[in-house]
Amino acid sequence: MTLSICLTVNGVRKDVMLDDPRVTLLDLLRERLDLTGTKKGCDRGQCGACTVLVDGRRINACLALAVSLDGADVLTIEGLADGDRLDPVQAAFIAHDGFQCGFCTPGQIMSAVGLIREGEAGSDPERIREGMSGNLCRCGAYAGIVEAVLDAQRLANEERRVA
Amino acid sequence: MNLFDYVRPASVAEAVVAASEPGAAYLAAGTNLLDLMKGGALRPSRLVDVSRLPGLDRIEMLADGGVRIGAMVRNADLARDPAFATAYPAVAEALLSGASPQLRNTATVGGNLMQRTRCAYFYDTASACNRREPGAGCDALAGENRTHAVLGWSDACIATNPSDFCVPLVAFDAVVEIEGPSGRRDVPLEDFHLLPGTAPEHESVLAAGELITGLRLSPEAADFRAHARYLKLRERTSFAFALVSAAAALRIEGGTIRSARLALGGVAAKPWRARAAEALLVGATPTVESFALAADVALAEAMPSGDNAFKIELAKRVVKRAFLLATAGTPRRMPALPASAFSSDTGVLSHA
Repeated sequence: MTLSICLTVNGVRKDVMLDDPRVTLLDLLRERLDLTGTKKGCDRGQCGACTVLVDGRRINACLALAVSLDGADVLTIEGLADGDRLDPVQAAFIAHDGFQCGFCTPGQIMSAVGLIREGEAGSDPERIREGMSGNLCRCGAYAGIVEAVLDAQRLANEERRVA
Repeated sequence: MNLFDYVRPASVAEAVVAASEPGAAYLAAGTNLLDLMKGGALRPSRLVDVSRLPGLDRIEMLADGGVRIGAMVRNADLARDPAFATAYPAVAEALLSGASPQLRNTATVGGNLMQRTRCAYFYDTASACNRREPGAGCDALAGENRTHAVLGWSDACIATNPSDFCVPLVAFDAVVEIEGPSGRRDVPLEDFHLLPGTAPEHESVLAAGELITGLRLSPEAADFRAHARYLKLRERTSFAFALVSAAAALRIEGGTIRSARLALGGVAAKPWRARAAEALLVGATPTVESFALAADVALAEAMPSGDNAFKIELAKRVVKRAFLLATAGTPRRMPALPASAFSSDTGVLSHA
């Protein structure tokens, strides 16, 4: 059974022939498109390391069959920066030490980008913690992560005001 | 994960035909199904992808004041729909207390109704589970069972239904719209999930090929919107299934309860409507004493199925406190921690 799908990944159209329907979006990104920035942690939707945006919404790439996302627009950590210019969320994670080993970081950052787009957390750290509860950090860098998201959220609000 | 045929039908009618084959399963977002398939607990030979069937992704406010929710509406979209969340705040709160933001962004309304128990023995293919393999036995009975059922269980199965969403839906008499090989039918959600009895493998009334196409809530359900809450006790603050939860709603006029709704989650193999407790509250004053009596009645038939006698007392306290929260009034803004016992912004007692 060969399945042909088309995805837009980080702005680039990708036509993919799948020889197996079991391929998840996560495995497609990592094993077939060589985009290894998206991490495989638990592979069961519990840790959030595989978080990417699909059609602008954050989801767990490990629990989505690639074939069922035919036609979708996917944004991964590799597509976030504009050349050498980091996305404000990436810059905020560096500024606030929002990581230690770094394994969960791509998922944390993509989740934070999704959270800010959802527009509900505002400047309330409790809402940010709850909004980031789908992302685990085994190093326990949570304090820095919350500060980074608060800061990035503040920047996003300022940009919105200027625009 | 086993190999399967992947089918993407273009219509509900095509989907029903494709899923009527033995071994077929419907695939929506797959957040529960793929997890179970990765562990080998489920091995469907065909997946019928209904995630993009036309017409199933709408939230429609009906002329009579009720609402119809398409089966493929995503949990987050329903919880964030302003008209829906205003009319049915306890349902929105239950949705936002479930899973994680990533999962809520993709998990569907129909999939939520069809999610399987989180009993570890159901997931573990090395364990005996009557639900997964009829006649195999139940390793939960003599196993780790402190989170298991205290109502409606049998010696064949003591698993619970993990849904938050279904708890207020049952309290508000939601109706499930179903399409199948022999046409369309409506089933009250309260009758949709089955208690285990001697055949726990039969989890719902759905026959082979039948597909949930939507849900309806009546306008009467929205009459409770000023006093409607969902309270969910978990073993960690966020991203955890309920140990015990309750949807409690009141219509209060002149200091007297005119009508009450109560359903419990995490206590049985189905969302548990407590009608006798509701009846007791009609005409009562909304006080802690009234709610304590209602809680006793709601749990009158509860029995521990293992190391879980504490859940009975816990459930009573959750019922009592959910009604106190409902009496205090639906918060104007969704709490930072939806349905959490640790929210302190409503000014009610902070102990259950």
